[in-house]
Amino acid sequence: MTNLSIDALAPNRQEPSPGEPENWWRFFTFSTDHKVIGIQYIVTAFVFFLIGGFLAMVIRGELITPEADLVDRTVYNALFTMHGTIMLFMWTFPVLNGLANYLVPLQIGARDMAFPRLNAVAFWMVPLFGVILMASFLVPGGPSQSGWWAYPPVSLQNPTGNLINGQFLWILAVALSGISSILGAVNIVTTIIRMRAPGMTFFKMPVFCWTVAAAQTIQLFGLPALTAGAVMLLFDLTVGTSFFNPETGGDPVLYQHFFWFYSHPAVYVIILPVFGVFSELFPVYARKPLFGYHFVAISSFVITGLSAIVWVHHMFASGTPGWMRMLFMASTMLISVPTGVKIFAWVATIWGGKIKLTTPMLFALGGLDNFLFAGITGIMLASVPFDIHVNNTYFVVGHFHYVIYGAAVMGIYAAIYHWFPKMTGRMYYEGLGKLHFVLTFIGVNLNFLPMHPAGLMGMPRRVASYDPEFAFWNVLASLGGFLLGVSTLPFLLNMISAWVQGDKAPANPWRAIGLEWLVASPPPHENFDEIPTIIAEPYGYGKNEPLTAQQAALQQLASTEVA
Amino acid sequence: MNFRLILKLAAVAGIFTPISLWVGQLSYSWMPEPASAEALLVDNLFSFLTTLGTFIFLGVTGTLLYSVLFQRAGKYDESDGPPIEGNLTLEIVWTAIPLLLVVWIAGYSYKIYDEMGILGPMEHMHRGEAIAAPLVTQASPETEPIEVHARQWVWEFYYPEAGVTSTEMHLPNNTRAKLALTSEDVLHGFYVPAFRVKQDVIPGSKIDFEFTPIREGTYRLRDSQYSGTYFAAMQANVVVESPEAYQRWLKEAAANPPQPGLNPSYDEYQVKVENRENRPGWKTVLPAPAPLVNYVGS
Repeated sequence: MTNLSIDALAPNRQEPSPGEPENWWRFFTFSTDHKVIGIQYIVTAFVFFLIGGFLAMVIRGELITPEADLVDRTVYNALFTMHGTIMLFMWTFPVLNGLANYLVPLQIGARDMAFPRLNAVAFWMVPLFGVILMASFLVPGGPSQSGWWAYPPVSLQNPTGNLINGQFLWILAVALSGISSILGAVNIVTTIIRMRAPGMTFFKMPVFCWTVAAAQTIQLFGLPALTAGAVMLLFDLTVGTSFFNPETGGDPVLYQHFFWFYSHPAVYVIILPVFGVFSELFPVYARKPLFGYHFVAISSFVITGLSAIVWVHHMFASGTPGWMRMLFMASTMLISVPTGVKIFAWVATIWGGKIKLTTPMLFALGGLDNFLFAGITGIMLASVPFDIHVNNTYFVVGHFHYVIYGAAVMGIYAAIYHWFPKMTGRMYYEGLGKLHFVLTFIGVNLNFLPMHPAGLMGMPRRVASYDPEFAFWNVLASLGGFLLGVSTLPFLLNMISAWVQGDKAPANPWRAIGLEWLVASPPPHENFDEIPTIIAEPYGYGKNEPLTAQQAALQQLASTEVA
Repeated sequence: MNFRLILKLAAVAGIFTPISLWVGQLSYSWMPEPASAEALLVDNLFSFLTTLGTFIFLGVTGTLLYSVLFQRAGKYDESDGPPIEGNLTLEIVWTAIPLLLVVWIAGYSYKIYDEMGILGPMEHMHRGEAIAAPLVTQASPETEPIEVHARQWVWEFYYPEAGVTSTEMHLPNNTRAKLALTSEDVLHGFYVPAFRVKQDVIPGSKIDFEFTPIREGTYRLRDSQYSGTYFAAMQANVVVESPEAYQRWLKEAAANPPQPGLNPSYDEYQVKVENRENRPGWKTVLPAPAPLVNYVGS
C-alpha cells in the first residue's frame, strides 16, 4: 500500500475522465457506457409504464359499470392482453435491467459490464420489440386478444385469417424480448462473477448484487422454455403444425407447462431485485447494519432454486392430477420460508434504528407492507382446495397486483429516488416525492384490496361485463386505478424539473455506505479512477470502519497528520 | 430483562389473537352462501388461513409501525443506530417457525382436499378410488354422468338417462352430482362460486367431475378459463332442487319438443350486427348458434 500516491487515493475527484462527451444526446445513441444504458432502460421502460397504465385506466373505466358499455368486447380483450404484456415485458423487466445495469458495476467496483456492446444490443432490442408490439394495434383484426398467457386454442383462432395478425406480432415481440433478456442475463451474471474489484468476495458484495445474480440465473434457465414454447405456438399459428392444437392431435395443456415453467419464476426475476433494493435502503435510512446479511444473501439463491419447481400451482384447475396438485402445493408453500427470512431480517434492521422517513424510505416501507399482504394471500392461493375456488378470479388479480405494483413498482420508485442524485447529479424535491408516495400508497390499496372480496364472491378475471353483485367493489377499484394514474404526475414533475434545475447533489447525500457513493454524482465515465480494494462487509453502519483499503489509508494518513 | 420482554410479547399476542380469531370468523361472510358439501370444507380452510394470516400481518405491521412512530431520528440527529449485525438464534428461530407453519398449513390443506375427493382429469381411468371420503349420499354407481358441453360461448347440458337437453342445469339436492365435461373448441372453465368448485374444460378430452349440492336454490355457473370475445357472457343458471322435483323436471322436460336454447352471446352479436353498432371493434370468432334443447330455462 505504500506505493500508492496520495492523489490516487482521493475518493471523490470531481473532474470527468476523458472519453465520451457528457451531452444529453448520448442517451439517444448506441452508447456502451453501462450508466447511459441503465438510464436508457429506465426511461424507455417508464414510457411504456405510462402506456400500459393508460390501458389499465380504460379497463377500469369499462369495469366501473357492470355492462360492457365503454368499449367493444374485442377491444376490451385486446386492452387487458396488451396491458399485461406491456407491464411485464416492456416495463418491469426493462426497468429492473436498467437498475441492475446502472448499479451492479458501480457496486462491485467495475468500470463497465463484462460485454459493453452486447449490453447495448440487448437494450436496443427493447424499443424494437416495443414498436412491433404496439404496431399490432394497426393491423387488421387488432392486437392479440388471448390474454398475456396466450393459451391455445384461443390464441390460434385468428378470426381474420391473415398471416400477419396481432397474435403473430405478439409472439414475435415476446420471443425477441426473451432473446434480449437472455443477452442481458448472460452479461450481468458474467459481470458479477468475473468483474468484482479486489477484496470484493461474494460475502462482501451488496445484497442488491446477490439478488440480481439470483434473478438473472432464473432468466438463464427459464427463458429457453418460454422461447421454445413461443416458437412452437408461432408454428401452430402460421404453418399449421400441431404442437398445441387439439383439433390436429396437439396438447393445449403442454403449452401451459412451457409458459409457466418460465412465467412463474419470472415473478421472482421481478421481485428479487426489489428485495435487493429493500436490503440496500433500510440500513441507510435506519442507520443500522442489515440484520443477518448472510442469511438474506443466501436466501436469494434458495428462492431461485425453489422458483424452478412451483410452476404447476398456476394450473391447479387445469388438467392436473391430484398427486401433482399436492406436490406443487408443498413446494410453493416452502418458498415462503426464504422469503420470510428476508422480511424478518428487514424488520429487525429497522427495529431500534434511527429512522429517517425520506421519500425512498417511505416507498420501501410501503412496498414491504404491501408485499407482506401479498405473501399471505400467496400462501392462501398455494392451498389447493382454496385455490380451486379463487383460481382465475379477481382474488388472484388482486394478489399479483399487490406483488407487482404494491411491492415491485413501489420498490422501483424507492430505488429511483434513492439513486436519483447519483444518476443525475441533482437532488429531487422531497415534498413532491412525499406527495407521490401518499397518492401511490392509497391508490394501490384502493385499487387492489377490493379485488379480493370481488374474487371471493366469484368474479372471474378477464371479464368485460359482470353481475351487478360485484359492482360496489369494482367502483372502489376503479377510483383507486384513476388515483394511481394521477399519482404519476407529481413523479414526472419531480423527475423532470429536478434533473433540469434541481440542487447539485454531493457524492454521498444519504451518508450511505457503498462503492457507488465513493465516486462523484454523476460518476465519471470510467466510474473509478483507481479500482478500489474492499476490506469490509457492505453494511457497516454505526461501526465507523473504512470500506476500502484506500479509505483506510486516507484515514491513517489523516490521523498521523493530526498527531 | 428477558422476563419483561416475554411479558410484553405475551401482552401483544393477547391483543392480536382475539382480533385474528374475529377476522377469521368474519371471513365466512366474504364468500357466497355455501351450497355444496365441498364449500363448507373450503370455508373452514379459508377461515383458518385468514386467522393465521391476520395474526402474522398484525405482528409484522405492528412492529414496523412501532419503529416508524417511536424510533425516528431527530431532525438534526446524524448519529447511527446500534451496529447489531445479526443474531444466529433468532435467525434459526424465524427460519424454523415459517417452516413449521407451512407444514401445518399444507397438512391441513391436504386433509381438506382428501375429504373433498375432487376428481382430477387424470383420474377418470380408475374412478372410485379417488373418492376418498364420500360426504353425503352417493348416487348409485351406475348413474350416467350429466354431460356438460362447452362451446364459444354457450353451456349445454345433456341428461343421457332421460334424454333431456337443456341450457339450464338442474341437480338433485344432497346427491353427489356426476358431470362429464367436454369442450368443442377452446379451453373453458366450469365454475359455480356457491359450490367452490372449478375445473377447466379441455378440448379433446372428457373430464369427470363430482361434487355434492346441499342447498336448494338457483346459482350461477360462470366460464372461468378465458375463452375469447364473449367470455364474460358465458354463464348459465344452476338449479338445485329436491330429488322429487328434479325427477319431475326431467320427466316434463323430456316431453318438450326441441327449441333453441338460451344463448346470450349469440343474441348480443346479432344485435350488434343488425344495429351496426358505432363502437369500433375488431373481427371476432362467430358465436355458435343456440343449441336445440328440450328445456330453455332462464
